[in-house]
Amino acid sequence: MSIPLPVHVGRQGESCEGVAGMAETRPDKKLEPWRDRDAKPYIRIERVTKNFGDFTAVDDVSLDIYRGEIFCLLGASGCGKTTLLRMLAGFEEPTSGRISIDGADMAGIPPYRRPVNMMFQSYALFPHMTVEQNVAFGLKQDGLPKGEIRDRVAAMLELVKLTALGGRKPHQLSGGQRQRVALARSLVKQPKLLLLDEPLGALDRKLREHTQFELVNIQEKLGVTFVVVTHDQEEAMTLASRIGVMDHGEIIQVGTPSDIYEYPTSKFVADFVGSVNLFEGHLVEDEPDHVRVECPELGGCFYVDHGVSAPPEATVWVALRPEKVFISRESPGPGGDNQVSGVIKEIAYLGDLSVYLVQLPTGRMLRVTRPNVRRQDAAFDRLTWDENVWLSWEASSPVVVTQ
Amino acid sequence: MRPVVAGRWAVISLPYLWLLLFFLVPFVIVFKISLSDIRLGMPPYQPMLQWVEAQMVSIQINLGNYAFLFEDPLYRNAYLHSLSTAAVSTFLCLLIGYPMAYGIARTDKSWRNLLLMLVMLPFWTSFLLRVYAWIGILKNNGLINNLLMGMGLIDQPIVMLQTDFAVYIGIVYSYLPFMVLPLYATLEKQDITLLEAAADLGCHPVRAFLAITLPLSMPGVVAGSLLVFIPAVGEFVIPALLGGPDTLMIGKVLWNEFFQNRDWPVASAVAIAMLLLLVVPIMLFQLAQGRQAGGHP
Amino acid sequence: MIGRRSFLITTLMSFGFAFLYIPILSLIVYSFNESRLVTVWAGFSTKWYAELFQNEQLLNAAKLSLEVAAINATGAVILGTLAGFALSRFRRFRGRTLMTGMTSAPLVMPEVITGLSMLLLFVAMEQAFGWPAGRGVTTITIAHITFSMAYVTVVIQSRLASLDVSLEEAAMDLGARPWKVFMVITLPIIFPAILAGWLLAFTLSWDDLVITSFVSGPGSSTLPIVIFSKVRLGVSPDINALATIMVGIVAIGVVATGLYLQHQERRRERDVQAALANHG
Repeated sequence: MSIPLPVHVGRQGESCEGVAGMAETRPDKKLEPWRDRDAKPYIRIERVTKNFGDFTAVDDVSLDIYRGEIFCLLGASGCGKTTLLRMLAGFEEPTSGRISIDGADMAGIPPYRRPVNMMFQSYALFPHMTVEQNVAFGLKQDGLPKGEIRDRVAAMLELVKLTALGGRKPHQLSGGQRQRVALARSLVKQPKLLLLDEPLGALDRKLREHTQFELVNIQEKLGVTFVVVTHDQEEAMTLASRIGVMDHGEIIQVGTPSDIYEYPTSKFVADFVGSVNLFEGHLVEDEPDHVRVECPELGGCFYVDHGVSAPPEATVWVALRPEKVFISRESPGPGGDNQVSGVIKEIAYLGDLSVYLVQLPTGRMLRVTRPNVRRQDAAFDRLTWDENVWLSWEASSPVVVTQ
Repeated sequence: MRPVVAGRWAVISLPYLWLLLFFLVPFVIVFKISLSDIRLGMPPYQPMLQWVEAQMVSIQINLGNYAFLFEDPLYRNAYLHSLSTAAVSTFLCLLIGYPMAYGIARTDKSWRNLLLMLVMLPFWTSFLLRVYAWIGILKNNGLINNLLMGMGLIDQPIVMLQTDFAVYIGIVYSYLPFMVLPLYATLEKQDITLLEAAADLGCHPVRAFLAITLPLSMPGVVAGSLLVFIPAVGEFVIPALLGGPDTLMIGKVLWNEFFQNRDWPVASAVAIAMLLLLVVPIMLFQLAQGRQAGGHP
Repeated sequence: MIGRRSFLITTLMSFGFAFLYIPILSLIVYSFNESRLVTVWAGFSTKWYAELFQNEQLLNAAKLSLEVAAINATGAVILGTLAGFALSRFRRFRGRTLMTGMTSAPLVMPEVITGLSMLLLFVAMEQAFGWPAGRGVTTITIAHITFSMAYVTVVIQSRLASLDVSLEEAAMDLGARPWKVFMVITLPIIFPAILAGWLLAFTLSWDDLVITSFVSGPGSSTLPIVIFSKVRLGVSPDINALATIMVGIVAIGVVATGLYLQHQERRRERDVQAALANHG
């Protein structure tokens, strides 16, 4: 028997089915145009492949991106995400397939005629020009009158809070300031689409966090569509309206950050985004409203409260996020599925939360995280090494994937 | 003295003293002799200091050689013609060298070294023989004229040898590697993403070249041009072999003054005047050189 | 795409290379010409090579040039390496600016000026100290070392500038004294640059006409002086033969060096890949 997966994403990125009940879903169709069958995609990538000699960098990718989105392409280095971005910008031509932006086919259109601007990973600021000249460069190419250029550059510099530094050269700026110049330069032409290649990659941690929110603010203010390439899942999670996870030139899954995190459709995505405990097993009960998966490594069964589309004998994997596991000294109940006992082998105290590695009777380690909601002072009776503990989780927590 | 300090002192002083003695002091002597009078004998100039009586030294300074340089239009013309010849040749060199350097810098990495080697190779072979090769090509019954007459395009040979044109060709040909290499060095370092950024901002490749590539390669243009221009001003071999008897270049004038007229004081004055003429370009070159060596200004 | 070579650039580049090589090719082709009239082809012949090897004057001049070039290259490498080391490793010493100037000015100084000034120095020295007595191999060699050491200095200095100073610092940290550091760490690493500098100095000396003409005396005619006096009178086929031999030697040398360096680079790459593969 077969029931659609809660989050079903095809290669064409058509809208998802059966997600209406999900906790994170906002009902407003305007904010989530990909759920609207009538919405017209702004960027259409249709069966695009790019080969470099023998190497296939992008492999038969189809993707729709809608106006006003912040779409993140997430993947490890060499997965093809940057190549895909460069094809949107026009620096590479697809080997096969079609890219259209706002209904216009982009084949053969050189980068300087595309309604697209890009923020480069290295920022690519012109070293012989001042901040103002850098920002004005794109407007000058359009032959705008001097006065208008001046006004628009000034407005842009104010938006990125660089008004005071307009006369400096790039080498006189800090990393964060350069990043903002690059952003201003790529936004000043008011492109309909802005491509960002690892926009925060060169910034340190604190600045990153701050800049992430600033980027989202600017995007909302100007209503530009963003396509962001990143290898940093945290960056993708905070910025994105939707994420496309890429591996080996293919798009593995497309969805909102919570879709991707809570409902991964493959071992790869579950493992790549966040950390996860993966158990191999097979279905022992397969009903429309629940399944039971027997996992030898767990030494028991997972009871999962949603259906799964898989042939009865097939091997499946259960993905269980560490933060969804309860850990306690007391037994959670009379026994049965979704609980197991173990011994704490490792503890890592990270301040906001603690990570426990618990060894199950089968020898398998299970990763559990617990927020430190109470101060861990001397009086606090904390869990410690070699303690026997019980682990349990809710039936809605595990996710079953078939690939 | 600690051994480290002694070692350091030795490392610096050995080349330092050598250069002082054999490079700097000679200029002082040239200057001194340029102020003295010609005489018969060896050496063919009057000493500047002469013991007249006990403890009386007479100093003879003769500015006549310099006055001579200014009065005789031969020298003025030679200087002007040297400068214009060097300038034209440098410009032609840049015109030919820039596309070469640009092309090599934009070639696949695996081929770049081979092409650079091809640029360098003529430099390793005899300069004299390479200039000589052009005689066979440019002369009235030479390669080009034979070819053109064989094709029936002309029936009279075009006179190319012993003209300014031949001198330009000779200078451009001999100094081309000195133009290409510094240009290549700056162009190769250039970040391609800058051009991508320009294109992305709506800039056509030709305009991107003018707005980005060219200004950023200016250090190479300056270094290459000076490497060609300065020696070309004083060039002797090329005008001697390819130029005509009326091709006046200052290097040739100096040579003749020295070897034919045996007028060492005037030859020295010519050299000092040439040096003064080249002081600004040489300083510019040193500045560029210091910047390129980098790190320790 | 962007950063690729356009057709126009390829064409101009090919033109440039043709410009560089056609004269050399013409020299080679006509060295095998039967006729004395260099530009009229009259059949294949190697007789000019035979004639060349019977020309005592040319052979003696070549021998002298080889000697001078070899001594010069060795001296220039020693002085140039010291100067390059001093300029790139000692940030501050009295007269550093002057030294920088004296090592870069000879690169562009018109040869007639250098030649004249060297000669006048030698004459003045002879008057004052009686040395060098007359002009000949000694004065030629000193003059050549002086201008070619500047080239060696530039080569060594740029190599040292790209050399990681922390290598030398690490050696010192492990207890090596500065002299030992130079011999055991710096010298082996910059050895290719030193070799390049030696070859460069050799070529400059071998090739030099103008400076040599000023400082040479009777009986010390180097090869360029002999060639110059011959070609002044017009083209002569045995000079073509000589040019061909010289081009041949240089081409073989350059190609061999290129292949050797490429081989080294490939081996290094292979080693790196093997190391990474073992690791992963």
